Amino acid sequence: MSNEKQGLRKIGTVPVFLTLVLLLVACVLPFVVSNYRTFQLTLVLVYAIALLGLNILTGYNGQISLGHGAFYAIGAYVAAMLMDQAGMPYWATIPIAGVVCLVVGFLFGLPALRLEGLYLALATFALAVSMPPILKAHFLEKWTGGVQGIVIVKPDPPAWLAAAGVKLNADQWLYYFVLAIALVLFVVGWNLISGRIGRALIAIRDHHTAAEAMGINTAIYKSLAFGVSAMYTGIAGALGAIAVQFVAPDSFTVFLSITFLVGIVVGGLASLSGALYGALFIQFVPNIADELSKAAPWAVFGVFLIAFVYLMPTGVAGALRVLLSRRRGGKLLQPKEAVP
Amino acid sequence: MEAVLLQVLAGLATGSIYASLALALVMIYQATHLVNFAQGEMAMFATYIAWSLVNAGMGYWPAFLLTVLIAFVLGVLIERVVIRPVENAPVLAVVVVFIGLLVILNSIAGWIFSYTIKSFPSPFPAALGIRYMSPHQVGALLVTLLVLALLYVFFRFTPLGLAMRAAAQNPVSSRLVGIRVGWMLALGWGLAAAVGAIAGMMVAPIVYLDPNMMAGILLYAFAAALLGGIDSPGGAVVGGLVVGVLENLLGAFVIGNELKLVVALVLIVGVLLVRPSGFFGSVQVSRV
Repeated sequence: MSNEKQGLRKIGTVPVFLTLVLLLVACVLPFVVSNYRTFQLTLVLVYAIALLGLNILTGYNGQISLGHGAFYAIGAYVAAMLMDQAGMPYWATIPIAGVVCLVVGFLFGLPALRLEGLYLALATFALAVSMPPILKAHFLEKWTGGVQGIVIVKPDPPAWLAAAGVKLNADQWLYYFVLAIALVLFVVGWNLISGRIGRALIAIRDHHTAAEAMGINTAIYKSLAFGVSAMYTGIAGALGAIAVQFVAPDSFTVFLSITFLVGIVVGGLASLSGALYGALFIQFVPNIADELSKAAPWAVFGVFLIAFVYLMPTGVAGALRVLLSRRRGGKLLQPKEAVP
Repeated sequence: MEAVLLQVLAGLATGSIYASLALALVMIYQATHLVNFAQGEMAMFATYIAWSLVNAGMGYWPAFLLTVLIAFVLGVLIERVVIRPVENAPVLAVVVVFIGLLVILNSIAGWIFSYTIKSFPSPFPAALGIRYMSPHQVGALLVTLLVLALLYVFFRFTPLGLAMRAAAQNPVSSRLVGIRVGWMLALGWGLAAAVGAIAGMMVAPIVYLDPNMMAGILLYAFAAALLGGIDSPGGAVVGGLVVGVLENLLGAFVIGNELKLVVALVLIVGVLLVRPSGFFGSVQVSRV
């Protein structure tokens, strides 16, 4: 039996149908909602990419990172500096940001090989806390703009689109641009996770020694997971910088890393769709809670973090999976998720 | 030369504060094998309580003692309510709970006391100052040393201290001889919170009071605890002093003040890579 067929059977028809509907809705939305909402939805997609990256590392491979805000920052700054200093077009900066973060992530992943659980959390936490001072540093000010940061211009829709008769404003164009990249990255992520590599990552997470005994090169897989994860988050950072049109050191504090942690815990650890739920949560819930008090979004985040660990450790994605399979009267589709 | 001496002494003063926070981390690590990411925010919150008490007209030292007491009770409560359910959970769950706690304490402090920066009084009379150190630096150093001495006496010479050490070292046997291990852990949390509160009140006059004041301090405390060995109380103290002096010297003469935090990052990653057990910690051996 071919692998593809097995793969398809594993997903089932309902999720495929749902994904198609979701995609259709995602394509229509910018014409229905206001420009500001479109901008917010663009950020949701950006966060979803970042969360997917963090999930590959923490959810599937079991390496805890409290420092993914730092990789997001590096991606954002690479894009902003290339556009500001070198005058590069925005689309060309995305792959470069991805490659830079891949390399940085891989290099950070090498020492991380020797750190387990708590200690890795500590080291990445330290990385997140010390990122803003590095970005503010004087000797980098020429390129990073120091405390002021860098302002970048919002890209216009390309000329060929207008020539083809499609009229989009800048917000809508950026939304579709990010949507396309997110789709590609999600498909790549799905292929990565559902194949041989994904099984190796999960095996390492569940039983390191056994995985090694079975002939998995744990060192390579773990540092590659770190690199790929950082690459996803870096690409998200670059896209986020272009969408927000501004980067500054204080946007990338340790709280950004914590936001990502909230995203994967709420969305669902070790779940691809969880990245989307998590992104919706971290984009819209603070907006709602903000009306109460400036501190309220964080209070809500904190309570949700703890509550999810106690009550819903598989996140929204896990709960939905249980609901779906109950309706169909069957067993769980893929009980792959970590029990955190 | 004088400039170096000045920096070393200033480093010892701040280092003693890192040492107390590192000690709080080590106490919790010894009892539960967890690293408390919320330790800094717990200290920050306690410092705000002290600030409110002083502002309400209380004298500094009564407010100080009352704050330590409140911090102790809060520490015990947090252990009982929040930490206990995840005691034996996987590392990721525990880290997430700690981060949740950090975020909650931070936001509640911001909510109640606002995010504006406040000044915090220093209780030490001007007479305490010596040629190279301000009164507060001398005072902070003395208070820290006193706390360390008290803790040493408590753990070394009292039955309760012995019971707590036993519960941390061998919970099963301790339970067999009638020690209430769960409560000993809660007491450990309370003590750690109290020590952290003292660290917070000592550092607040230097860095000023705001909800995010402990992020950097906590990082130095992590570095100190790891440098000394995460399961060695004496090591934490030595580590704190070393980190304080190192940070001040490097900040003043080598890399500039703005990159001081990076010293902590380099120390943390460096120690974990080169000598994960630190200078005085015990080497972990596990069977597979």
